[in-house]
Amino acid sequence: MTLAEPPPHREIERVFRTERQRALATVIRLLGGDFDVAEDALQDAFAEALVRWGASGVPANPRSWLVSTARHKGLDRLRRETRFEEKRRVLAWTEPHFEPPDLSVLEGGWDGELGDDRLRLIFTCCHPALAAEAQVALTLRTLCGLGTEEIARAFLVPVPTLAQRLVRAKQKIRVAGIPYRVPPPELLAERLDAVLCTLYLVFNEGYAATAGPALLRLELCAEAIRLGRLLVELLPEETEARALLALMLLHHARRAARLDGEGELVLLEEQDRAQWDAGEIAEGLSLVEDALRRGGAKPYALQAAIAALHARAATAAETDWRQMAELYRLLLGVQPSPVVELNRAVAIAQVYGAEAGLAILDALEAQNALPGYHLLPAARADLLRRLGRVAAAAAAYRSALELAGNPAEQRFLARRLGEVEALLAAAG
Amino acid sequence: MEYLLLIYSRESDWAALSEEARGALYKDYYEFTEGIRKSGHYKGGNPLQSVTTATTVQVRDGKTMTTDGPFAETREQLGGYYLVDAKDLDEAIGLAARIPGARMGSIEVRPIQKM
Repeated sequence: MTLAEPPPHREIERVFRTERQRALATVIRLLGGDFDVAEDALQDAFAEALVRWGASGVPANPRSWLVSTARHKGLDRLRRETRFEEKRRVLAWTEPHFEPPDLSVLEGGWDGELGDDRLRLIFTCCHPALAAEAQVALTLRTLCGLGTEEIARAFLVPVPTLAQRLVRAKQKIRVAGIPYRVPPPELLAERLDAVLCTLYLVFNEGYAATAGPALLRLELCAEAIRLGRLLVELLPEETEARALLALMLLHHARRAARLDGEGELVLLEEQDRAQWDAGEIAEGLSLVEDALRRGGAKPYALQAAIAALHARAATAAETDWRQMAELYRLLLGVQPSPVVELNRAVAIAQVYGAEAGLAILDALEAQNALPGYHLLPAARADLLRRLGRVAAAAAAYRSALELAGNPAEQRFLARRLGEVEALLAAAG
Repeated sequence: MEYLLLIYSRESDWAALSEEARGALYKDYYEFTEGIRKSGHYKGGNPLQSVTTATTVQVRDGKTMTTDGPFAETREQLGGYYLVDAKDLDEAIGLAARIPGARMGSIEVRPIQKM
């Protein structure tokens, strides 16, 4: 037998990248749900692989090699930690610490993958007993493999804050006994909601904030979509997972048209629709049709149907606003929220005129339903401008400008304010 | 694993209940307790006397300071507890959700630290 050509480093690194998340998900299970030990053990296994594979080639099933190597290394670590813990315990037992896992259970044979461990990992990272921001951070860290610094930058929080968040979350999983499993049928619906909500949070963080390191933010969108696909693949019967994937794809498809050459925000009706990604739109449309047909009018399905109406219109003028207003009405029924009402008002204004939309917005403002939310005064300003009430429009643009946090949105609002102020001056 | 399920509610809400409603609640508590005894989850539990009977004790520099009232004045007060044995947090949450007091107050689920 002739020895295979030693694989170049790059090839080994490619295998790591493609296998890391799945291997990690399995190693966590095999090590009794200990995230930290699993991560370190997998790192040890990678280091060993670099040496071994460099000499003898990548094995036929690299993931299986990585998992069983990491499992051995992890068990060694746990044995050492257990001994250390026993000694330490005598000295101090004030800080939260951990029951050493029952190693005899873990030391049994490895029966390979049990279903897809990534699904267990998703449900554990998004367990409702963890704070929402911890769920997001843990999901990006363990399921997407993003580094602590990358995640901190994406969420504009200091690295130590984010690191602390991860430490606390992993500690709570261990100490409070959050199970590493796919929830049983009676809990699945509720837990799946938490998972979908986390994925959408990740997506929105990438989508809504165009300021800062823009590329990294698009990466968050891409990661949320990747996880959405995984969820659809692993839970094909769950129509809301399908609808969320559709919703994310339909939004993501517009990314090239959302900013102009100078990085300025372009409104939906002014976007060059030729720049929308036709492939993602086609995929999104087919997913949303399927989700609506099989699952009915649920929150993500309705939101995806709304995005689909925009995607289907060849020009902004061809948008089916009547159906849009109806979809928002249905959405308000299943997910009452002032933000949905605001969007319904915008659709109503398109169908029945600016006055009709303005009446809904004025009511929202009178209830102080959305304090601090810049899109309410921004939407009012737009309708007032269309009605020719320029002084009121200018005042509303000013309120919106005060509340907007995103530089691209601020510039957009300032531009509009300039336009109505010019009209005001001309009117004298 | 063992978990302590701490039952918090507003004592004023409890006091505002009619005799009949209170009786029904006691009955629900009795049935819940019997249920978790039979299922093997129960390790202990008791209702507590009103927070107006609470005394807080602190020792500073070897000196005992005793004050009337609870340690923290909060909107909801600790009114009772269960100590349960559960497979994992999901099972503990399931038990907590069945405590009648969860319908009018909140249940805090705390893992017990083994020493």
